[in-house]
Amino acid sequence: MGSNMAEQHPVGFQWVVEAKERGASVMHVDPRFTRTSAMADLHVPLRAGTDIAFLGGVINYILSGGREFTEYVRHYTNARVIIKDEFRDVDELGLFSGWMPEDGVYDVSSWGYKGTQGELTAGKKEQTGDVSGDQAHGAHGMKLEHGEPPEQDWTLEHPNCVFQILKRHFARYTPEVVERICGVPREQMLHVAETLCRNSGRERTGAVCYAVGWTQHTHGVQNIRAAAIIQLLLGNIGRPGGGILALRGHANIQGSTDIPTLYDILPGYIPMPHPTSEDDLDRFVELNGPDTGVWGSLKSYTVSMLKAWWGEAATPANNFAYSYLPRIDGDHSHYPMMLRMIDRETKGFIVIGQNPVVGSANSSLQRKALANLDWLVVRDTSEIETAAFWYDSPEIETGKTRPEEIGTEVFFMPAAAYTEKDGTFTNTQRLLQWRFKAVEPPWDCRSDLWFTHQLGKRVREKLAGSDDPKDRPILDLTWDYPTQGPQKEPDAETIMQEVNGRHADGRFISKYQELKDDGSTTCGSWIHAGIYADGVNQAARKRPGSEQSWIAPEWGWAWPADRRILYNRASADPAGKPWSERKRYIWWDSDKRAWTGVGDNPDFEPDKDPGYEPPEGAKGMAAISGSSPFIVHPDGLGWLFSPSGLVDGPLPTHYEPHESPIDNLLYRERSNPTRQTFERPENPYNPPGVEPGGEVFPFVFTTYRLTEHHTAGGMSRSVPFLNELQPEMFCEVSPELAAERGLEHGGWAMIATTRTVIEARVLVTDRLRPLRIGSDPPRTVHQVGLPYHWGRKGLVTGDSANELLPLVLDRNVHISEYKAATCDIRPGRRPRGPALRELVAEYRRRAGVSS
Amino acid sequence: MAGPISPLPFLRQLRGDPLGLGRSARSRHSEELEPRTKTADRVVQSVCPYCAVGCGQRVYVKDEKVVQIEGDPDSPISRGRLCPKGSASESYVNSPIREYKIKYRPPHATGWEELELDAAMDMIADRVIRTRAQTWEEETEDGKPLRRTLGFAVLGGATLDSEENYLMKKFFSAAGAVSIENQARI
Repeated sequence: MGSNMAEQHPVGFQWVVEAKERGASVMHVDPRFTRTSAMADLHVPLRAGTDIAFLGGVINYILSGGREFTEYVRHYTNARVIIKDEFRDVDELGLFSGWMPEDGVYDVSSWGYKGTQGELTAGKKEQTGDVSGDQAHGAHGMKLEHGEPPEQDWTLEHPNCVFQILKRHFARYTPEVVERICGVPREQMLHVAETLCRNSGRERTGAVCYAVGWTQHTHGVQNIRAAAIIQLLLGNIGRPGGGILALRGHANIQGSTDIPTLYDILPGYIPMPHPTSEDDLDRFVELNGPDTGVWGSLKSYTVSMLKAWWGEAATPANNFAYSYLPRIDGDHSHYPMMLRMIDRETKGFIVIGQNPVVGSANSSLQRKALANLDWLVVRDTSEIETAAFWYDSPEIETGKTRPEEIGTEVFFMPAAAYTEKDGTFTNTQRLLQWRFKAVEPPWDCRSDLWFTHQLGKRVREKLAGSDDPKDRPILDLTWDYPTQGPQKEPDAETIMQEVNGRHADGRFISKYQELKDDGSTTCGSWIHAGIYADGVNQAARKRPGSEQSWIAPEWGWAWPADRRILYNRASADPAGKPWSERKRYIWWDSDKRAWTGVGDNPDFEPDKDPGYEPPEGAKGMAAISGSSPFIVHPDGLGWLFSPSGLVDGPLPTHYEPHESPIDNLLYRERSNPTRQTFERPENPYNPPGVEPGGEVFPFVFTTYRLTEHHTAGGMSRSVPFLNELQPEMFCEVSPELAAERGLEHGGWAMIATTRTVIEARVLVTDRLRPLRIGSDPPRTVHQVGLPYHWGRKGLVTGDSANELLPLVLDRNVHISEYKAATCDIRPGRRPRGPALRELVAEYRRRAGVSS
Repeated sequence: MAGPISPLPFLRQLRGDPLGLGRSARSRHSEELEPRTKTADRVVQSVCPYCAVGCGQRVYVKDEKVVQIEGDPDSPISRGRLCPKGSASESYVNSPIREYKIKYRPPHATGWEELELDAAMDMIADRVIRTRAQTWEEETEDGKPLRRTLGFAVLGGATLDSEENYLMKKFFSAAGAVSIENQARI
């Protein structure tokens, strides 16, 4: 669901096809019929943005029919845990307990386990302390005495145990409701649910694959949570052939999260500090880490990272330079960052291999942000729209602005291509693979490693001798990296060594369990500890797959500790025996008193007896019992109900997209009440479909990618072959919509929102089908499909779909809703020049939106 | 293929090559062609830069130029296969619109200017230092530490290597920047 795997991950999809040839059922639930649907046993079209309703129907089917994998659920999930008496599930309004209407956020303290301290349930109290509540997400869990939830009911019958709460919560997601919300005939949803149930249990497993069709919503995280509930109920996590597989769309998008260039985390998902902890490292650890489970060693991970960054300058006396880290105290993510540029509070911007003018929502807002900067650095292999915004843009074309009026100083720097540098990409299954440099970068082209290293060197040289305390973190940084080749490129392998870390005597760390909180170890990213174990670049292992088992343990390296399937302790029963011979993966060898298996490393302590029970006062991994596979959680359990970590509810709940043609048929709250909106002149919203003006934008549109192009086009609109294959921006519409609006196949259409109007060639196809939704009476909703790769630069040009979208974010992760919005569509090319502005103004007038 | 090649393609097609994909597509010239993979000076193992499946690639180099990129049959992930984008990777690294020189646009200018790499790096370092100093926030209103700047921001794509991400997070955090973002959130 939410993925077109056959077209976006074609070579990965070969495994799906092979599984199908061996008897697997493949089902594709997605608004569009794609090549993935063509290869599936069943395609279920649903209305964009209604996945939770569909998945809720599946959960209800499992629970009402008693189809869950009972032993797995009882032992490995928090189904048995009793939740606080003061917790209230969503009511008719669609709000959980703790709603604070004046702030538009939840006080999450009532969502915790009964018997835990209210103020500790958020796990990340430091973040929840923010007035905005923006930062309550990403928790690593609450405090629990010796890893055990205080009150549990192993019969799963207590009215306030998670299992019963779950049953009640999803009871209203009946097949009839799913049909009305999603436009999916009830038989189809029931068929999907039954097929999942039949392919789960001891003998069988099922996997769920998703992509940004799930994440790019105002309820994106909860889409995935809903899948997690299904997979936990059916016993499909931690087992071969199971899992929830995020099909990530970029070569190193996984790696860019693990070792993040993200504002709210440090390498290895260590939270960025807030002002609350001041300069007290222990307070930071207390506020951000549970005492139990893998995160019980947060202090060791943090101290080792600080030692890697600041070396000798990080001492026990100065809290290991903890005060050198800058503090976050709100949402500093991508979109608020662009808004601060418009407000001239952010003055400089360094863009590295990214093209926000095409790839981010609301392109004109993006360009306005760039135009208000003092300086901009763009590093890429070709001159992308983000570098050219000051002389080539719709605003220039319509005469709204001129280059002479734009004061931004722009540096375009040619980047080295991936063949011109050593380094690792982390693929979608957490596998790091080393690339060997083929040739030197030519002329001025340099790697981003070179750029960052050089920038750091020069800033350090210019600040040398400064006695300003704010310059100490820069000057004390460990920054002496050896360089190689004619371009003096930094040696990427030495950086990997720093990421891996060392003991005080210089030996390489071989696993994260070796890290210490006393400053005697360094480690740039604790989850990567061991990638350079034994002094060997483990990510560069390339023993041919044909010479190895199907797990291919000697190809690349997976974090953490080279474990290929996470939570794989769950592939055995509580006593440590495989659930079935057919699905055996990791099991307890009672003779050797160790976990063994078919070739993977156990995601568990290798010699922990399945019968181990934590003693009173146990901390860290010692607090995780021998039958608790989910070791990153403080209780070692899979969370059907999230007692901490989310800001919009402990259970997934159906809300409409921010721009939707209909009301919420389940609750009074139409859209996710916690979503982040930005009421600004640059970011107008289409009125909801049911309100006056909503009828101006009666259709749903969704954006997507093509096999022959890559994201914002920087790596594909520069490639002649690909442009020959896919030369022009188009829109997909059904024959019914084409007839209704007079659209001709091969002709032109204008697609309009309150943001702007774009044009595209028309592709009339029954790959998109009108859906019947709602009741009293049901109505037809048409969907429009828009690929988003084009822009004004490159070998082929065209209007960008993202020009049409507003900023409206999931508050958990600050990702915008690219995958469901409303629009109008009509035949013809869009006007050029000032007439385009006139047309947009007319749409706004009709919709009652101020210009 | 046995026998001499007829000079007339349609005759060749009639002689047992009805699809015109075998014998009839050959010529004396094509007989003399050699694959670039055969004439390359060296080959290195790499990974496709597009999606996150992580298909193995073999990069063929001749005269210090990438001349061909093929799927790596050793990869247990891709077993030698590549999709249309992966197969076109050579055209990406040798794109006709690839840029090789710095371009500089002063404020309010109407065109690009040339700039030396060294000068550009120096100017960027100056701007980082200046903006950082102008926009430094030492503490919150109630006196708690911030020690940061929102004055400049960094946005990276998700084709950055892990090592590049590491160095960027390390340096820009040390400089006090917190708006460090990535495609991974987009």
